[in-house]
Amino acid sequence: MAFVNDVIDRLRCVLSAGALLASTEELKPYECDALTLYRQLPLAVALPADEAEVAAVLRACAQARVPVIARGAGTGLSGGATPRPDAVVMSLARLNRIISIDPLARTARVQPGVRNLAISEAAAPHGLYYAPDPSSQIACTIGGNVAENSGGVHCLKYGLTVHNLLALRVVSIEGEVLEIGSHALDAPGYDLLALLTGSEGLLAVVSEVTVRLIPRPQCARVVLAVFDSLAAAGQAVADVIAAGIVPAGLEMMDRSTIAAVEPFVHAGYPLDAEAVLLCECDGTAHEVEEEILRVEAVLSRAGARECRVSRDEAQRLRFWAGRKAAFPAMGAISPDYYCMDGSIPRQRLASVLQAIREMEGKYGLRCSNVFHAGDGNLHPLILFDSSIADEVARAEAFGGEILELCVREGGSITGEHGVGLEKINHMCVQFGSAELEAFHAVKSAFDPHGLLNPGKAVPTLHRCAEFGRLHVRGGNVPHPELPRF
Amino acid sequence: MSELQSLQERIRAAAAATQPLRIRGGGSKDFYGRALAGELLDVSALSGITHCEPTELVISARAGTPLAVLERELSAHDQMLGFEPPRFEGRATIGGAVASGLSGPRRAYCGAVRDFVLGVEMLDGRGQLLRFGGKVIKNVAGFDVSRLMAGSLGTLGLLTEITVKTVPRPRAECTLRFEMDQERALESMARWATRALPLSATAWHDGALYVRLSGADAAVRVGREVLGGEVISDAEQFWDSIREQRLPFFAAAQELWRVSLPSHSPELPIPGPAMIEWGGSLRWLPGPQDSGTLRELAARFGGHATLYRARVNPPEGTFQPLLPAMLLLHKRLKAVFDPQGILNRGRIYPAL
Repeated sequence: MAFVNDVIDRLRCVLSAGALLASTEELKPYECDALTLYRQLPLAVALPADEAEVAAVLRACAQARVPVIARGAGTGLSGGATPRPDAVVMSLARLNRIISIDPLARTARVQPGVRNLAISEAAAPHGLYYAPDPSSQIACTIGGNVAENSGGVHCLKYGLTVHNLLALRVVSIEGEVLEIGSHALDAPGYDLLALLTGSEGLLAVVSEVTVRLIPRPQCARVVLAVFDSLAAAGQAVADVIAAGIVPAGLEMMDRSTIAAVEPFVHAGYPLDAEAVLLCECDGTAHEVEEEILRVEAVLSRAGARECRVSRDEAQRLRFWAGRKAAFPAMGAISPDYYCMDGSIPRQRLASVLQAIREMEGKYGLRCSNVFHAGDGNLHPLILFDSSIADEVARAEAFGGEILELCVREGGSITGEHGVGLEKINHMCVQFGSAELEAFHAVKSAFDPHGLLNPGKAVPTLHRCAEFGRLHVRGGNVPHPELPRF
Repeated sequence: MSELQSLQERIRAAAAATQPLRIRGGGSKDFYGRALAGELLDVSALSGITHCEPTELVISARAGTPLAVLERELSAHDQMLGFEPPRFEGRATIGGAVASGLSGPRRAYCGAVRDFVLGVEMLDGRGQLLRFGGKVIKNVAGFDVSRLMAGSLGTLGLLTEITVKTVPRPRAECTLRFEMDQERALESMARWATRALPLSATAWHDGALYVRLSGADAAVRVGREVLGGEVISDAEQFWDSIREQRLPFFAAAQELWRVSLPSHSPELPIPGPAMIEWGGSLRWLPGPQDSGTLRELAARFGGHATLYRARVNPPEGTFQPLLPAMLLLHKRLKAVFDPQGILNRGRIYPAL
């Protein structure tokens, strides 16, 4: 206990007044991120105000060998920011300044606690924006996006976080500031920018981010296509890509999702359809018009019984409304649901969706599918009721089988939510022991004593057994104000 | 024994004997990086496309597969490699393209080699076969080691199979030429890039700016109307001559410096000819140059300078030196994947 008090005293010294939280009451808001299944009070929460304080916190913790868990807005779905009783949570929320926007270089230099959407808002007067748009973008921070390599609805065309970064400043566990990447298009030495992006806070703490901005497209329109079979809709997705079209977004909802959302949003989705595809095209007005025609042709050929094209911005938003309301709508029709996040090759969509349907019978549970079809990124929502004794276990087994199917089909256990705590056991399904050992060695290269977010993202070789999920009780989605899609 | 197994045996034996190996595919980039001692590890027989699925925009090939073979296959499906790597008289392989991290004219607008790498299979310096990433677009499981391999010049492992994302071939393309000096060209490229125009390449050389537009018919047509300029007729040949560094500018240079800068950096105060690509981010200068002065200048603007083509093992080093803390991290990463330090030792820096 003496050493614990030592660390807390030291942290109080290096931080300004009020920036070190240690009472149970103060720690409570930090007990979990958006994976609320796991709750744990940390040892303390540090709220540094600048890079120097971030470095000082890390140095103090390194000296005392106390683990540090970096945290942005806490909107992550995989438990990447779940505390431990022996660790300090370091919130980067106070580093929330947009340092500069350079319209001619098309870059924004921002602190890690800046919200994703705030970057695009600040760039808007210059006709520019930051493309990656995770569904939590009104709340999630850019530092968290870097840690998770976040995606979004539009990453099919505009890439993930890693494709939209130029440079980082990061602080090592020893408190040393490193400049990673550059404002040029490459940097000498190894591509540490790529390695650090998506490293889930295990390698270093981001203290500054330079992102690439791109010109905002002049217009966007969306095609809503209705299908009488899931297989045909899945094939249609593959056909769009095969036709050489890279739409800005390509999303799918199945029948049970449609049934859940339509009463909510009145988007006009036909209740008797097996699947609805939303395909968004953006660019100049001429470009969009040309692409929409091609998309409609491909979708009709693939068996769409109806294609509606948004006439104006209001209708475009209405078409999207159901997609964006899907998660809360599920909460309304089922006491609980698990949200999975696997990815597969697009050509396997139809067969995997069919396999999931068959699993519904096997596990006696319903599963709704609403997801980034263009990326092959599934978000199966397994509906269950945790008040019924064995439903939790059945739902867990169901989800596990889906993830294992994703890996078997050549995909991944996580497309965009990260591994965190949630999928740490599934890492053993996707990687062999040699790769896992390499991951541990990479971590040691940055963090020799294993103090940065230990126990997340990479399982130790002996813990390849159990499974965990995003658990939503009584429809209480964490951060209910955020759309989840 | 398969080709892969025999390479694996070679590495295992070399690791046991601490015998340095120099990895070589088509040998098209022997000039790049510091020259190596060590036994030759020839990867060229490890060849062939292993997976190609047009609906996935994904292709996998063994590392020694010539780019020409990949491009032929992709072209049959109206697809291409978005990073436009140099093919160097057909000798360049996909393994070398990824290991060198060299991208072509499209880089500033479409992405670099590493942006397209989805997965690798590799042999580390112990001869262990490792697989990172995969064949899907979205995959955030584990550290992104496959992208780390791009540009690591074989110092972290021998790439054996690579999966890259491909892009549809643009439906329309057109290259415009504008007579202008360097200062105006830099300003124009920066300004045009802030507008929703389908730019896919830019280059300035010898008093003229060249701008390539690629995309939907309508987008290219509108871009042409907006920008003006003169449409050039031999566009494909022109961009190839830059991609393959066949322009007389490149051939005439005894030494060639590649200066990477923030795009809007001003004209460098260095007399003599220059060639600019990537919207101003890439500046080629013929040598000899004073490396200290040039590197200091590049660093002042936030960039770096590479002695791209030079005499063997120039004392000034091929790549801009790293700060001590970064070099330490690089050495630790090298030790993770190649603890005996046998793979392409010294190709980037003497310490790696």
